[in-house]
Amino acid sequence: MTFLSLKKTSLIIGLTGLLLLLSALGFEYSNPELFLSSSLILIAAGSLFYFASLYGNQLSGIKNNQVWFHALSSRGDWGWLLGLVLTGFYVAIYWFPEVLGYSQEGSSGLVQLFDPLSYLLNGKPATQWFLYGSLYTFAILLFGVKFIWKYRHNRYQIIRTLSVMFFQFGFAFMIPELLSKLNPELDYFAKDLKNMWPLNYYFLDEWHLTNLLNGGNLGMFFLIFGLALIFVISPILTYFYGKRWYCSWVCGCGALAETAGDPFRQLSSKKISVWKFERWMIHAVLVFVFITTIATVWSFLSAHPNQSFMTKEQFIIGVVVFLILIMATLFYWKRNGFDKDARYGLLSIGIIIIAILSVHLFSGKDHILFFPSYKFQQWYGFGIGAAFSGVLGVGFYPILGSRVWCRFGCPMAALLGMQQRLLSRFRITTNGGQCISCGNCSTYCEMGIDVRAYAQRGENIVRSSCVGCGVCSAVCPRGVLKLENDTMENRITDVPYPLGNKL
Amino acid sequence: MSKTTPPQSVVIIGNGISGITLARHLRKKSAIPIRIISEETPYFFSRTALMYVFMGHMRFEDTQPYENDFWKKNNIQLIHKRITRVDTQKKLLLTQDATEISYDTLVIACGSKPNRFGWPGQDLKAVQGLYHKQDLEQLEKWSSSIKEATIVGGGLIGVELAEMLHSRGKKVHFLVREKSFWDHILPKEESEMINQHILAHGIDLQLNTELHSIEGDERDRAKTIVTKKGDRIPSQWVGLTVGVSPNIDFIKNSGLELGRGVKVNCYLETNLKDIYAIGDCAEQTQPLPQRRSIEAVWYTGRMMGETLAQTLLENKTPYTPGHWFNSAKFFDIEYQTYGMVSAHPDAEEEAQFFWKPKKANVSLRFSYHPVSEKLLGVLALGTRIRHHVFDRWLEEERTLNYVLTHFSEAAFDPEFYPNFKPKRNAI
Repeated sequence: MTFLSLKKTSLIIGLTGLLLLLSALGFEYSNPELFLSSSLILIAAGSLFYFASLYGNQLSGIKNNQVWFHALSSRGDWGWLLGLVLTGFYVAIYWFPEVLGYSQEGSSGLVQLFDPLSYLLNGKPATQWFLYGSLYTFAILLFGVKFIWKYRHNRYQIIRTLSVMFFQFGFAFMIPELLSKLNPELDYFAKDLKNMWPLNYYFLDEWHLTNLLNGGNLGMFFLIFGLALIFVISPILTYFYGKRWYCSWVCGCGALAETAGDPFRQLSSKKISVWKFERWMIHAVLVFVFITTIATVWSFLSAHPNQSFMTKEQFIIGVVVFLILIMATLFYWKRNGFDKDARYGLLSIGIIIIAILSVHLFSGKDHILFFPSYKFQQWYGFGIGAAFSGVLGVGFYPILGSRVWCRFGCPMAALLGMQQRLLSRFRITTNGGQCISCGNCSTYCEMGIDVRAYAQRGENIVRSSCVGCGVCSAVCPRGVLKLENDTMENRITDVPYPLGNKL
Repeated sequence: MSKTTPPQSVVIIGNGISGITLARHLRKKSAIPIRIISEETPYFFSRTALMYVFMGHMRFEDTQPYENDFWKKNNIQLIHKRITRVDTQKKLLLTQDATEISYDTLVIACGSKPNRFGWPGQDLKAVQGLYHKQDLEQLEKWSSSIKEATIVGGGLIGVELAEMLHSRGKKVHFLVREKSFWDHILPKEESEMINQHILAHGIDLQLNTELHSIEGDERDRAKTIVTKKGDRIPSQWVGLTVGVSPNIDFIKNSGLELGRGVKVNCYLETNLKDIYAIGDCAEQTQPLPQRRSIEAVWYTGRMMGETLAQTLLENKTPYTPGHWFNSAKFFDIEYQTYGMVSAHPDAEEEAQFFWKPKKANVSLRFSYHPVSEKLLGVLALGTRIRHHVFDRWLEEERTLNYVLTHFSEAAFDPEFYPNFKPKRNAI
């Protein structure tokens, strides 16, 4: 008998668990508790042994050997296969949940397998969304362990990863489920405190607002906290720490990208042309979500004049005044040295203002502009909420890298990014003239920032898209990059030569 | 500085960091025609990153700092050819395919080539250095048939090669002539720390060991190496990393004054009008105080490019690099240095303070003047320190005590790393 290596043994254990889980698609299990727990335990154990085979007997340090040789992490056949499977899973979740066994009259299959956990946490049978949320959280916790193991020499990475694991497990998963269990009489509203508008695009939708307003103290708390998050807490945190406080420390999309998505971060394109596309795309989504939200609040106010504390006219005037104030401040602040990001920001706000006014002028009771009012939400929900953030965003991890959604589609990232670029103390400092242009930083930037382009000129990196994951700094072999919060002055450096030459 | 007349056009031989930096800075401020000739690759890449291509951290194209259309956009003409001869009388370059390229102003930035010291068997197959992209391709070609490899020479390229081969699971023998790794640059404690780290990675580090000869198999491929002690080590591949020297064979007998490299004055001018040399291949006739006549380092190559751009454009500018700095990485241990820290200091000129926290693989060494206590330099292993801050402290001639009390300003490790507070015991 030959001994199997740790790697092979772990793969066998993990795959057994996975097959057991997937077999629920075809078989009806009489005791789902046993099957669910044993398959999850097998997957977890197999994964942990596998991580041990990767990092267990190595000294701590950067672990990128052979990344571009493995088919899975270099867009090879395994990468495409995984992309296909993930994409299929997302298509099923969003549009064909019956494939997974979901049925309103009582689910079967994979969804039913999660019933015991669902009853335990929220007191109701599992839905496809519960299945999804559980697997999503499970993946973040498992791959979070892997990431911490991989970067065990780097305290920033350890603490940051613990943070995303905590927020996903506690805020996104446990608290909402338990709150639902404690308040079974309330209609659904989002109970993930950190999932703020505009990432949670339906926060101000008519049905959601209604459920919040009818949700008693809890609903009122979530409404007020949600608004405070957008208008007060987030701007303050972004000013002090950059958008990383959210994108790579708290956000659930970021959590998956940073953990399960880590093996694919190098697949993001660094081409200038893609950067140009990115700026148009992400700001277009931002404008879209703004208009959708304004329209939906407007139609809510039209439909429920008694339930609100302002009229639709006051609302429209308020929003326009607010945006003009922001624009004026921006303009005053940045009148010297207006760069592209600032122009994109201003352009976005300008388009939004025009759109809002047209909404008001050309809309009626149940139509916005020339469309029925629910259409906007429907389009956004389908195009951005499902197709972009789910199918493309995660399904394409192995093809386009782990932050496709965050980079090209997330309106939250666009909003925080504008502030990061214009009004924040965060930057990546370049260490004088030490850069050797090797390209590790750019290669491992999941957001596709060409970090090297700045570092080799001795300039700091102040980019709206930077989520502050810190991996550029970690992989730099010459100690050139450091993420830090300092004063706003001299944040953006424009030097003719890197430090070192007495010219 | 004095005004100079800009040249009609510039031809640069070599597309490494020196030549490319020169071209970029010329283009920033002028529209003169620029041609860059390279035999090695069509586009500029970062030589220091070749190791990461072999280890699978990056693809080769990821080592190219500029997209391919950058050069056309900036009207910089790239010529992918080998120059075989320079006719300085007719101002002509001859290429391998016998075409002629005329020049008005010529800049030689052709870099280095690996040294070979006449060992028996050094011309066998699978015996090579690592400098050019072609060297990497050679290594890649042999890689699958390497079980054991020997690296000769304990310098930066040697330790890089050890890491590269180790990443592919090869058994690596690392012969170092000196009694400790890189000990003409690293002081005793640091050098010993790196010795231990190399050993911890499972490399067969053999100190005080020199190569005697290489024996080949029936197909003239390296098979065994013999050390001067008489040990025989099986090696299907041998890396010779005993330094580099200027790659100037093609300009011999061209009328240019040559030493080990192309002789230049402080303005980077050669003995012939309108011909300059920068980077690894340039040899200063009068080196700056405390500096070598040939500095084959990325940073100095870049600075020579920046300086010569000034001279060619408008202001005749001497090459005056600021305080010395350098960096490297030995497997997992990063190295940074600013100013001068000698491996074997002269007690009358230089005193040193070595500090090491309990944590393994971190150390700091400060050198200072024994009487005035003014800072002379710093050497860090396993912790990052700020270039700007140390450059300023060196410029301001701060004392060691000042530097130690303000050290936190210079810390550059990622957030949440321990704050090191190097403290001197009372003297």
